[in-house]
Amino acid sequence: MSSNDSIKKTLLVAFSLCIVCSVIVSTAAVVLKPVQEVNKALDRKRNILAAAGMLEEGRSVEEQFAQISTRVVDLRTGKFTDEVDPANYDQLAAASTPSQSTSLPKDEDIAKLGRRENYSQVYLVQSPQGEIEKVILPIRGAGLWSTLYGFIALESDANTVAGLGFYEHGETPGLGGEVDNPRWIAHWPGKQVYRDGDVALGLIKGSVDPSSPKAQWQIDGLAGATLTSRGVTNLVHFWLGENGFEPFLNNLKSGEA
Amino acid sequence: METLKETLTEPIFKNNPIALQILGICSALAVTSSLQVTLVMCVALIFVTAFSNLFVSMIRNHIPSSIRIIVQMVIIASLVIVVDQFLKAYAYSISKQLSVFVGLIITNCIVMGRAEAYAMKNPPFPSFVDGVGNGLGYSVVLIAVAVVRELFGAGKLMGIEILPLVTEGGWYNPNGLLLLPPSAFFLIGLFIWTLRSFDKKQVEKPDYTLAKHTPVKEGL
Repeated sequence: MSSNDSIKKTLLVAFSLCIVCSVIVSTAAVVLKPVQEVNKALDRKRNILAAAGMLEEGRSVEEQFAQISTRVVDLRTGKFTDEVDPANYDQLAAASTPSQSTSLPKDEDIAKLGRRENYSQVYLVQSPQGEIEKVILPIRGAGLWSTLYGFIALESDANTVAGLGFYEHGETPGLGGEVDNPRWIAHWPGKQVYRDGDVALGLIKGSVDPSSPKAQWQIDGLAGATLTSRGVTNLVHFWLGENGFEPFLNNLKSGEA
Repeated sequence: METLKETLTEPIFKNNPIALQILGICSALAVTSSLQVTLVMCVALIFVTAFSNLFVSMIRNHIPSSIRIIVQMVIIASLVIVVDQFLKAYAYSISKQLSVFVGLIITNCIVMGRAEAYAMKNPPFPSFVDGVGNGLGYSVVLIAVAVVRELFGAGKLMGIEILPLVTEGGWYNPNGLLLLPPSAFFLIGLFIWTLRSFDKKQVEKPDYTLAKHTPVKEGL
């Protein structure tokens, strides 16, 4: 036992163990990397399709995604840009990099983001003739406990909602977590975003009265989750407002994007 | 000397790592809100406990006692990283839900506890079996907790609807508390209670008992 405890033996064991373990760990990481990257890309594509209400079970995600093209928009000008490569652009990383983002003044930062990236990815669903059928925009913002990450899809008039979905959040299960509930998400398609040029779409307390003249801008609030509901309203207002995609959507409508 | 079969089956009920040794509680709270995620976690933990026991036991005669904990830790950590990489590659959506808890297997007391208590003193094969046994013991509790939590908290099992929820037009009003971590505490508590009522040997001796009341002698 004493030979095991000599300094020489201790160093030898520690050193050889480290070498062996690091070889195993790095082999696993390197060999599996390509599969992991494919998974990650696939997961994102599936979320985008689900938000646009286009996800069909049984068909491969790649095949369904073929009709969607990814572009990058400069949020400051509202025009498409080729400054960054859409395939390799990490939008969330850019949002926290000072050189690639803009700090938001407190009163305009309704989604509580702190900084907003200068470039954003957008996804265009095009018909075989090349006409834009739907626009899918990435959105995010603070709920009660967590930041909600999702996508909102608009029809070609850039005003009617085609779908909405969140792919990551940490809200209370059963209350705020109901943002995932397909029955609640089904309220979104067909609603209008803008009224007289301002974002009017939002959640209300309780259920929407279908006979109300405002019904087309209103969504049922989430029962027992006032703060999550408010967060969703705020993030929709932010991302479809003038600090978000409004300039881009206007340009898209007038064909100047 | 206990037989291999006993090494494998003892930890499941008689010497359960969660119920009797009270190890590895934290991950039992965190990952049991859905059965599917729980099963993956159990497989990952069985793999790590079994192989860390095997490797620690293989080199047990060469481990200097001054750095033995670090040696065990390095082996466990390497295995956990490998498992994590595999999950990310082949079960991406589940690995997203498990998030940090796969990484936290490193600090799971069961793995470390078995390496230190069993693998350091026993030959490789029995150590491997002991690892599998303890992993299964952990799994039994986790699966039991997850079944109750998912069934009564979300009305589903493995994501398939069993009890139709009121919000989906059914009749079952789910118990939201069951989806929150504290509920796992209650369930594990009930599990331990049940286990100990059947197997009285597991009941711990009280630290002290109340002495019999006697009148004060001086007062008489």
